[in-house]
Amino acid sequence: MTNKEYNEQELGATALKVREHIVRMSTGGGCFTGASLSAVDMIVYLYTYFLNVNAANLYDNDRDYFFLSKGHDVPALYGTLAELGLIEKDRLAKHLSLDDHIYWHPNTRIPGIEFHSGSLGHLPSVALGVAMDIKISGAKNKVVCILGDGELNEGTCWEALLVANAYALDNLFFVVDRNHFQANMRTEDLIPLEPLAQKFEAFGAAVKRINGHDYAALNEAFSTYPFEPGKVNVVIADTIRGRGLPSIEERADRWFCNFSSEEIDQLLLELHGNAGTVLTSETLVVR
Amino acid sequence: MTYEELLTETALADEQIIVMTAENRALVRNLPGILGNRFIDTGITEQTMIGAAAGLALRDRTPVVHALASFLTMRAFEFVRTDVGIASLPVKMSGFIPGFLSDANGPTHQAIEDISIMRGIPNMTVFAPADEDDLVKMLPEIWDSVDPAYTRINTRQTDYVHAPFELGKAEVICIGTDVTILTYGLLFEQALIATDLLKKEGLSVGLVNMRSLKPVDEEAILQAAESKLLVTVEDHFLTGGLYSIIAEVLLEHQKTANVLPFALKDRWFRPALLPDVLQYEGFTGKQIAEHILGYQTKYIQPEILKPNFAE
Repeated sequence: MTNKEYNEQELGATALKVREHIVRMSTGGGCFTGASLSAVDMIVYLYTYFLNVNAANLYDNDRDYFFLSKGHDVPALYGTLAELGLIEKDRLAKHLSLDDHIYWHPNTRIPGIEFHSGSLGHLPSVALGVAMDIKISGAKNKVVCILGDGELNEGTCWEALLVANAYALDNLFFVVDRNHFQANMRTEDLIPLEPLAQKFEAFGAAVKRINGHDYAALNEAFSTYPFEPGKVNVVIADTIRGRGLPSIEERADRWFCNFSSEEIDQLLLELHGNAGTVLTSETLVVR
Repeated sequence: MTYEELLTETALADEQIIVMTAENRALVRNLPGILGNRFIDTGITEQTMIGAAAGLALRDRTPVVHALASFLTMRAFEFVRTDVGIASLPVKMSGFIPGFLSDANGPTHQAIEDISIMRGIPNMTVFAPADEDDLVKMLPEIWDSVDPAYTRINTRQTDYVHAPFELGKAEVICIGTDVTILTYGLLFEQALIATDLLKKEGLSVGLVNMRSLKPVDEEAILQAAESKLLVTVEDHFLTGGLYSIIAEVLLEHQKTANVLPFALKDRWFRPALLPDVLQYEGFTGKQIAEHILGYQTKYIQPEILKPNFAE
């Protein structure tokens, strides 16, 4: 836990700025806008109040570890790292440019990104290894790994849980961005995940299910840990894909978005409550 | 010294070593009691073991990971490539029963493309010792390197006493002008037998134990290409293994050679106990030599020992 005093207005303001960054990255090649918007609030919350990670301790052995396993929501992380001062904000303007390394999936050339991802179901095991070492070393660092709900189709997520349970890794947190969508459709219409909490519980985890856009609920969920001694911590954060932009919220065809500059201008206004965005760009550009 | 003794000694001397297995304990039976929490058995989860090894390596550990070669390199391939390869982490992979050593297990267990796919990963290094003496001479340098490594574990006992190991260097056993045999792994035994037979038949024969397949000893290959016939002997698919490596090296140096490969051409091998596999597939020393000579001899093939463990 950071020592910072909890301030919901500040969280909301930071998250709004991160959403603006995401919208600005949704052009000139585009990005996974919807998945990024669903993850913003939890990422901003975790970096602000839960994780002991900042520009000064980025390479210290006792820092906390944050892994973004689903990967394609990385614009939310780029934006958060920029707002919290871990990377320079002007780097975000180089999204997809050969002048920088700000591309569609995370990579370690970005300070604050501990490991690359993009192939789903990998970082649960990488986070597992880091958590194992922290236990072996007798250290206290926390390890947080964000998972997509569609990503839970990958068997290796469950494999890692089995092993984490066997080694009683209560320093390990899996946070599911439960936006109820995978690439093309609702999770429950393709590979149903519910009852999800019971699945995690059956694998031995201590599970909390919250509204992933409710800062008070996030703060409550992460206020004490481990959730149960000896158990892996799981937070299922129910979210809305595209949260903050009603014109793309929960739309299966707005997974990867590459908007025109006119649309970007309208969407930035929409973030601030102005309705009336007219989207004409091609939908469902599958990457 | 055995593999397990070497690993024990190394891990006790270096706190950063973590011994991991995906429940293949044949060669690490005594390590749980000795290493305590630095021994991690992830159960039958090759992918998760490799991902976790990457995580441990992020924390400056050197994980030495164990699984059957086929599952380590293929079930977990993308984890090796993506988590270990991209990050170039010092994860040391020990693959059990590679190649013909999977004897009667059947094609599910036949790691005969392992060298091909492992050497295709940037940053990965690939090794294949001839026997346990060779293995324990090679591993200290392999484990000491900062690179990810895949080693075909071979604990067979032979009478041959190998030279000290240098990473990236082959062991040149003898030099010849008529035939030079390039080989690696357990077929070194048979290649040695073939070499003796060919010499008895009056040929000038060279033999090279490749040891390090990536990085590979290009000089040893180029020198071997000077003999009238270059023979490759490997328990691997023809595609992607030593034969391919030699083709790549010769092409790069704009050289050519008369090459006779002994390998598995686009097929799995017939499962049986190892001596029968070698006989059936034509990889005994006598068969190799007679194939090269083009005639039968009265030479008697020495007994081929069965492996002393099964998985």
